Amino acid sequence: MTSLDVSTDVARRPFSGRRARLGDLLLQGAAAIAALGSLALVILIAWKVIQGARLSLSTFGLGFLTHVVWDPVQLKFGAASFLYGTAITSVGALILATPIAIGVALFLSELAPGGIRGPVTALVETLAAIPSVVIGLWGILVLAPFLRDHVDPALHSTLGFIPLFGPATYGSNIFTAIVVLTIMILPIIASISRELFLAVPSELKEGALGLGTTRWEMIRGVVFPYARAGVAAAMILGLGRAIGEAIAVSMVIGGAVGVSINIFQPGQTLAGQIAGQYTSQNSALFLSSLIYLALILLVFSIVVNLLAQFIVRRSARRHGVVR
Amino acid sequence: MSSSELSVLRRPNDRLGRRRAINIFMELVAWLAAALAVFFLGIVVWSVARKGFSQLSLDLFTKSQPIGQFGTGSEKLGLANAFVGTLVIVGIATAIALPFGILIAIYVNEFAGKRIKNAVTLTLDVLAGVPAIVVGFFVYGLIVVGRGQSGYAAGFALSVLMLPLVSRATIEVLALVPDSLREAALGVGAPRWRTTLGIVLPQTIGGVLTGATLAVARIAGETAPVLLVCSLVGQGINWNPSQALMTVPLAIFELSDQADAPEQALAWAGALVLILFILFTSLLARWLATRSRRKIAQAGR
Repeated sequence: MTSLDVSTDVARRPFSGRRARLGDLLLQGAAAIAALGSLALVILIAWKVIQGARLSLSTFGLGFLTHVVWDPVQLKFGAASFLYGTAITSVGALILATPIAIGVALFLSELAPGGIRGPVTALVETLAAIPSVVIGLWGILVLAPFLRDHVDPALHSTLGFIPLFGPATYGSNIFTAIVVLTIMILPIIASISRELFLAVPSELKEGALGLGTTRWEMIRGVVFPYARAGVAAAMILGLGRAIGEAIAVSMVIGGAVGVSINIFQPGQTLAGQIAGQYTSQNSALFLSSLIYLALILLVFSIVVNLLAQFIVRRSARRHGVVR
Repeated sequence: MSSSELSVLRRPNDRLGRRRAINIFMELVAWLAAALAVFFLGIVVWSVARKGFSQLSLDLFTKSQPIGQFGTGSEKLGLANAFVGTLVIVGIATAIALPFGILIAIYVNEFAGKRIKNAVTLTLDVLAGVPAIVVGFFVYGLIVVGRGQSGYAAGFALSVLMLPLVSRATIEVLALVPDSLREAALGVGAPRWRTTLGIVLPQTIGGVLTGATLAVARIAGETAPVLLVCSLVGQGINWNPSQALMTVPLAIFELSDQADAPEQALAWAGALVLILFILFTSLLARWLATRSRRKIAQAGR
């Protein structure tokens, strides 16, 4: 084995102390600089985005967050309609994806017969790897017409008394974006939840089953309480992914400014607006306002991730797991 | 077995029946959820395969996109320029992210104390969570303002997305290397740098490659940052990263906007090649992962 060769070689010709110390110093220095660089990178990202948004920040201030208008001709910009679009699409996707994802995770960790567990796990991971632009392409050319012709009218006629499910006319609408985002965050929440469920000590599960509970009662009484914090963190990470998704959303959501309660109307999200409008930006203030949208996204993403990490670490401490 | 003998089940039998029914219902729901997830993957892949397969030809890989997206219809279409651009830009991203990612992992796992280790992993988690489009504007402000769009800028943007993926994968495999190996090397007088680079790191190559392969698959499909820093593209095949280069995801994004059938067909073809590439790299990563796990297990003995 190679490791043995090296060690005998080292033993035969001892390194001079100075050379060894220099090498240690170089490697530790380079590694420390790289590690420090990752921290610097995050700060640099924040700084450059703030710098790019400065013109719009000084022009519109915090009022940017509450103004619905987006008018490149009058040079009046506001993020309110995109904040609304981001909120309704990401929360909608989370509501649809979470139960499915937990079902998938339970199937993969508790129920699946040995022969199909591995393949299905691999397929769910593959779904996570499909690029957003491909899902967007499928969303706009296949999913949107299907939803427009079959699903949207059915939902409107059965649930039309709720303002969310208003009359449907366009294929590119908020609901299509919700479905696309659901498909994108489902495998993320599912694979994290699966690992959490697998980490539940089998003594606890077997103990519950031994007391005569059914499998579902065992899951409700043992698996869910044990993995609760982790699943919450997984949901938050999924939410973060949904908030930051630009390409697929901009392809299917229709790109409309305004606040529409009816999810069968076109809308727009923060990230989607950037992707959709970037190539048509024609003034410094326009560009700066787009970067302002990116700044809001950056703040969201940092908050979301720190929150998820906080939950995970706190629960790890409670379970006595040393991380 | 009569259920009345068990104390928990001393309630009347219809209650047991109800509990069993709920259990079966819930198990069915979980089966359906799994079926739905597989169905989503299946329907996306099948749509792409059905619409893209007829476009797979040599021309796709040898001819470039027509200028201005509005081809005359009779000319042959291809995505050669986009394949070349993706190859160059992903290559640049990998060349930056791989060494830096590995160095960060070495620091975290071999040198850092617990507190610094926590701080760096938290930073990597935050970095991994930054939306790709925000990274795009970061690189826009850092490089594109003043210097203009380029393949280098796109490569750097993708390397920022790749860095946390490579680092975290490397940290995980480095932690698997048994300490006995380090102690053995240090014990025979090898300095720390030689122990790390010559003994520990080679054990993890499989795992590092797995992480790198998955990261490449992930960034090769990224559109958002490329759109912001590398989208004003000239005509034809271009290998020079000091100019803006076309990439496959960007081509799909732009072509999907077109109403014409040939353009849409080209988008499907690009999507099919991208998906095939990602399926291939996922399988490769899986294979590398099993191999490296076996190797590390052997080294521990």
